[in-house]
Amino acid sequence: MTDLSVRVEDKLYQNRYQVDAGKVHIKVREHDTPTAPLRALLTACPARCYELNDKGQVELTADGCIECGTCRIIGEASGDIEWNYPRGGYGISFKFG
Amino acid sequence: MIDERFDAIVVGAGMAGNAAAYTLAERGLKVLQLERGEYAGAKNVQGAILYADMLEKIIPNFREDAPLERHLVEQRFWMMDDRSHTGMQYRSDDFNEEKPNRYTIIRTQFDKWFSQKVRDAGALVICETTVTGLVQNGEGRVIGVKTDRADGEVHADVVVLAEGVSGLLGSRAGLRDRPEADKVALAVKEMHFLPSETIEARFNLKGDEGVVIEAAGTISQGMTGMGFIYTNKECISLGIGCLVSDFQSTGETPYDLIERFKKHPSVAPLIEGSEVKEYSAHLIPEGGYKAIPQLYGDGWVMVGDAAQLNNAIHREGSNLAMTSGRLAAEAIFQVKSRRDPMTAENLSLYKKMIDDSFVMKDLKKYKDMPALLHTQSKNFFLTYPQLVSKAMQDFLRVDGTPKAQKEKATLKSFVSARSWWGLAGDAVRLARAWR
Ligand SMILES: Cc1cc2nc3c(=O)[nH]c(=O)nc-3n(C[C@H](O)[C@H](O)[C@H](O)COP(=O)(O)OP(=O)(O)OC[C@H]3O[C@@H](n4cnc5c(N)ncnc54)[C@H](O)[C@@H]3O)c2cc1C
Ligand code: SF4
Repeated sequence: MTDLSVRVEDKLYQNRYQVDAGKVHIKVREHDTPTAPLRALLTACPARCYELNDKGQVELTADGCIECGTCRIIGEASGDIEWNYPRGGYGISFKFG
Repeated sequence: MIDERFDAIVVGAGMAGNAAAYTLAERGLKVLQLERGEYAGAKNVQGAILYADMLEKIIPNFREDAPLERHLVEQRFWMMDDRSHTGMQYRSDDFNEEKPNRYTIIRTQFDKWFSQKVRDAGALVICETTVTGLVQNGEGRVIGVKTDRADGEVHADVVVLAEGVSGLLGSRAGLRDRPEADKVALAVKEMHFLPSETIEARFNLKGDEGVVIEAAGTISQGMTGMGFIYTNKECISLGIGCLVSDFQSTGETPYDLIERFKKHPSVAPLIEGSEVKEYSAHLIPEGGYKAIPQLYGDGWVMVGDAAQLNNAIHREGSNLAMTSGRLAAEAIFQVKSRRDPMTAENLSLYKKMIDDSFVMKDLKKYKDMPALLHTQSKNFFLTYPQLVSKAMQDFLRVDGTPKAQKEKATLKSFVSARSWWGLAGDAVRLARAWR
């Protein structure tokens, strides 16, 4: 897994983002131990935005988010995730798409 | 936001939204189109094959200035195991016609071009604006939208929901369901740049000719999904997509999947030495006919991926999006011309028009396909490709084993992997779903 994480970052490095400083568009519900949907996000997110912290909780760093919506599909119904689009104009801007 | 009233507000500047906004504006209606991206196309990802016929019905002379990459003269279908592929390919010089039928495009560039056409036709297009909700009156009729701009409420007679597969607005207003994990695929994609001469040499092409490869098999690790390789002028679009529910249950990662696809011995030589300039991901509606929601109501219509109008079997989406956008606009125009109100009853004209079009007819034809492929994914995407590959290799490898013995062994491997009942059942199921 270690060399995979390097690869995802390398992939995201090519992308163009307009960062909305201090505003996050996705929130993870506070938890002690992650639910099954939250654990699924560790592997399903194509930008690897979800990682386990040292307390074993699922943490989100949305900087590289490509706004695919996968985590919403997996985590919104159970209330694990609150999902919105970034403010207009912010977030990923594809050059090719 | 804008102290004006519009005939129609179109949410989204993708294929469906642009088709609708263009068609409405062309007919003289006062149109506002809102797009959350920095520019039209900033948030959009596609393979991408453009089907000329459906665009021609909207902009007949698009070939004069649309950013088209290559016209397709050849299609390859690959069934893959880990080290080989069994292929079928069709190439015809007939596709080198004066007005080619299919082109590859680069989606962001295409959307920018289409958006300019929408502006030229007279619509007011505002980007960098996320629509955050629908405005409904006391009777539940949609009368406008809220946006994330200051004083961001705008009103119109009708709202065209062209917001794409996620459909946040529609699902939050209760007009459609949130997509379920087994009815939507996640695709990841990369853009590989190479000199055009290299692409032409590797794919056996001249000038603007292009090839597409669709690939299924063990590359999806037993999940329901497919890989694709599309040739553009100076780059190759390469990607792979599988059902979200499969990612969820297998723990496979999308980036690992695309890496393995790239390293496959049949794929690696095609992209060798390329420079990757973008990594993207997007959802694709895969629920088919049975997942289509209500398409219209008081003061609103739903078009494109937002309405699940996507033919996953044929990898057609943008043409269904464009056609539904155009038909919705034509229906709105007819209601407007009669000076009738935009009620559900009057807007049901859109449903009638789309039912009569190839969009619904095609989706209806394959109504049982998604369920079949999803429940039988291990057979169709893992077992059969491996068996076929084994059979091909045995057929071709000359090693002194008598042919009759080889054929018997091949048959035995199919039967022991799936049993006679399993094989017969799969054949019947596939035939039924295809019918
Ligand atoms: C990897 C991949 C490959 C594909 N390949 C093909 C192919 O080869 N051929 C083909 O025909 N189809 C293909 N498709 C399908 C095709 O891309 C879609 O069917 C098509 O883009 C749908 O068009 P749309 O306008 O409905 O949605 P989209 O193109 O997704 O457009 C929706 C737009 O709405 C905007 N939006 C959403 N919400 C809001 C909001 N709240 N406020 C403001 N703006 C908003 C978005 O930013 C976006 O611009 C592919 C899809 C993928 C993901
Ligand atoms: S939207 Fe997609 S890329 Fe962004 S965090 Fe969710 S799964 Fe990851």
